[in-house]
Amino acid sequence: MRGALARSGAVALTALVVGLLVLALGLTAAGYDPLLALGALWRGSFGSWYALSSATLVRAVPLIILGLGVALAFRAGALNIGAEGQFYAGAIAATWVGVHAAGWPGPVAIGAVWLAAAVAGVVWMALPVLLKLRFGVLEVISTLLLNFVAEAAVSYAVTGPLQESKRIYPQSDPIAAAARLPLFGNTRLHLGLVLAILLALLLWALFTRTAWGFRLRAVGLGPLAAELSGGIPVKRVIGIALLWSGALAGLGGGVEISGVTYALFQNLSPGYGFTAIAVALLARLNPLGILFTGLLFGGLEAGAQGMQREAGVPAVAVQVAEATIILVIVLAEVVLRRRAAAGSRP
Amino acid sequence: MIEESAVLVGFLAAAVRISTPLLLAATGELISEKAGVINLGVEGAMLAGALASALGAAAGGPWYGVVMAMVAGVMVAALFAAVAIGAQADQIITGTAVTLASVGLTGAISRTAFGAAGPGLSLPTLPAVSIPGLSAIPILGPALFVQPLLGYLAWLLVPLVWWFLFRTQPGLALRATGESVESARAAGVPVRAVQVAATLTGGALAGLAGATLVLAQVGTFAEKMTAGRGFIAIAIVVLGRWHPFGVLLAALFFGGANALQFALQAMGYSVPYQFFLMMPYLLALLGLAGAVGKARAPAGLGR
Repeated sequence: MRGALARSGAVALTALVVGLLVLALGLTAAGYDPLLALGALWRGSFGSWYALSSATLVRAVPLIILGLGVALAFRAGALNIGAEGQFYAGAIAATWVGVHAAGWPGPVAIGAVWLAAAVAGVVWMALPVLLKLRFGVLEVISTLLLNFVAEAAVSYAVTGPLQESKRIYPQSDPIAAAARLPLFGNTRLHLGLVLAILLALLLWALFTRTAWGFRLRAVGLGPLAAELSGGIPVKRVIGIALLWSGALAGLGGGVEISGVTYALFQNLSPGYGFTAIAVALLARLNPLGILFTGLLFGGLEAGAQGMQREAGVPAVAVQVAEATIILVIVLAEVVLRRRAAAGSRP
Repeated sequence: MIEESAVLVGFLAAAVRISTPLLLAATGELISEKAGVINLGVEGAMLAGALASALGAAAGGPWYGVVMAMVAGVMVAALFAAVAIGAQADQIITGTAVTLASVGLTGAISRTAFGAAGPGLSLPTLPAVSIPGLSAIPILGPALFVQPLLGYLAWLLVPLVWWFLFRTQPGLALRATGESVESARAAGVPVRAVQVAATLTGGALAGLAGATLVLAQVGTFAEKMTAGRGFIAIAIVVLGRWHPFGVLLAALFFGGANALQFALQAMGYSVPYQFFLMMPYLLALLGLAGAVGKARAPAGLGR
C-alpha cells in the first residue's frame, strides 16, 4: 500500500516536472524568456502569502470540488467531461436564488444557494444519464455537448431573465449580502475551502470505507465482471455516480458565485471543468490526493495570470502544461499496468 | 414569391456552407473510427488547422494556408496517435488532453502572432467558384454549385472514401482492424500502422475543416473559434451510422438545422439568439439517442 502511494507520488511529480519543462520549451520557442515567465508563475502562485491565499487557494477551491466530482464518475468508469457545463448550471441556479435572498439569515441563504447549485448540476446530468442508460449514448459525447449548451444558457441568462436591473452590461445583479461566504482575515479566501476539504474527507471515507465505494470501484474496473460475478446492478451504480458527479460540479459553480464573484457573467470559469480532469487524474482519483493536486493546479492557474501580467505570456499557455501532465499520467498508467502484468506472470 | 425563393436559396446555401467543415471533419473521424480509433482530439486538430490556415494565408496566400492547415491537423493527430495508439493509452482521455493542449497552444500562438485583437478581416480568402451551367439551375444551383473549391472537395471525398473503405483491399484491412485488432493481426494486417495512418488522415481532414472555417467562411481566426464543431463531427459519425453517405446526410441535416436560424430571422421570428446557439448541440444529442442501437459501431472502437 505504501509502495502504491510512493509510486503515485513519483508519477505525479514526474508529470508536473515534464509539464513545466514542456511549457518552458514552448515559451522559449515562442520567443519568451522562460526564466522570467516561470519566475512570474512562481510569484503569482506560491511566492507570497498574498498570492497563496488570495489567488492560488481561491482557484483551488472550485478545482478541488470539480475534481472530486470528476473522480467520482471516473471511479465508476463513467467519463464525465462535462463538469464545465454542470458548473455553469450550478452558477445560474445559485445566482437566481442568491439575488432573491435579501433579508434571509446567512446560513439559510448560503444553504439555499448551495442546494440550488447542486440540484442544477444533477438536473444538467440527468439527460446524459438517461441517454446512456436508455439509448447507450456515450456519456463522454453527451456531457461534452452540454458544455456548449450551458455556455449559451449563461449568455441568455445574463442578457435576459437574470440581467442586472440597470440592463446595461451582460451580467447579473450581485447576490444578496446574506448569501455571500465569509472571508478569512483580509484575504480573498472564503469558507468554500472548508467545504472542499470536508467533501474530500467525505468522499475518501465513502470510497474506502463503504460497500458503495467498493461497488463503484468494481464497476469501474470491469462492468461485466461486476455484473456477472459480483451481482452488482451496474447501470444503477453508474447512473448514481454520474448524478452525484453532476451535483458536485454544480455545487462548485454555486461556491464560486457565493464566495468569489457574487454575480453571474459569461466566461465565469477559465475552463475549471477541464482542468478538473487533470486534477482528478493527477491524484489518481484519490479524494485526499485531489486536495493537493487541486492546490497545485490552483497555483498553475493563478501563476498563469502572473505570467500574463509580468512576462506578457498569454495565460492560456498554461493549458499546454496541464495537457502534458494528463498525457504523462495516462502514459505512466500504461507502463505501470504492463509492469504489473509482466510481474504477475508465472 | 421572389422574396420566398430568395429565403429558400439563402437557407440552402447556408445549410451547405455550414455543413462543409462538419462533413470534412466527420469524414476524417469516420476513417479513424472505422479503424477502431475514437479521436476526441479532432476538435483540437480542427482548431490547429484554423490557426495554421490563418497564419499560412497571411504569409503566402490562401492555398498555402490550406496546406499549412493540413500539416497542423496531421501534427495534432500524430501527438494523439503516439500516445493513444503507440503507447495504447486511454483514447478518450488522450483525445481530451490533446484538444486541451491545442486550445492553449493556438490561443498563445495567435496572441503572439496577431496580438489580442486577432488578425482582423485582412486575410486573403478562397473565392467561390461557380460551375458554368449547373449554377444556373434555379434555387439548387446557387446553393450547391457556387462554392469555394474546398466545398466541392468535401462532397467528392464522400464517394471516394466509400469506394476506398468498401471496394479496396486496404479499406478492407482498415475495417477489419476496427472490428477486431486480434483477428486482423492474425490475418497479417499491420494493425498499428493502419490505425496510425487512419488517424493521421483524419487529422489532415480535420485541419482542412479548420481551414474551410477560416478561409472560406469567417475570413479571420478567433480563439476557440471551432466551438465544439469537432465534437459535433463525432456525433455526426454516429448519426451517419459509420457510413460515408450516412455521414453526408447527417452533416447536411446539421447544416440545415443551423441554417434555419437565418431563415427564421429573415422571416421575422424573434427568438433569443442563444437558443439558436444551443440548437446544434441539442440536435446532436437527440440524433444520438435516435441513432444509437440501430447502428453498429466498429466492434473494436476505443480499445
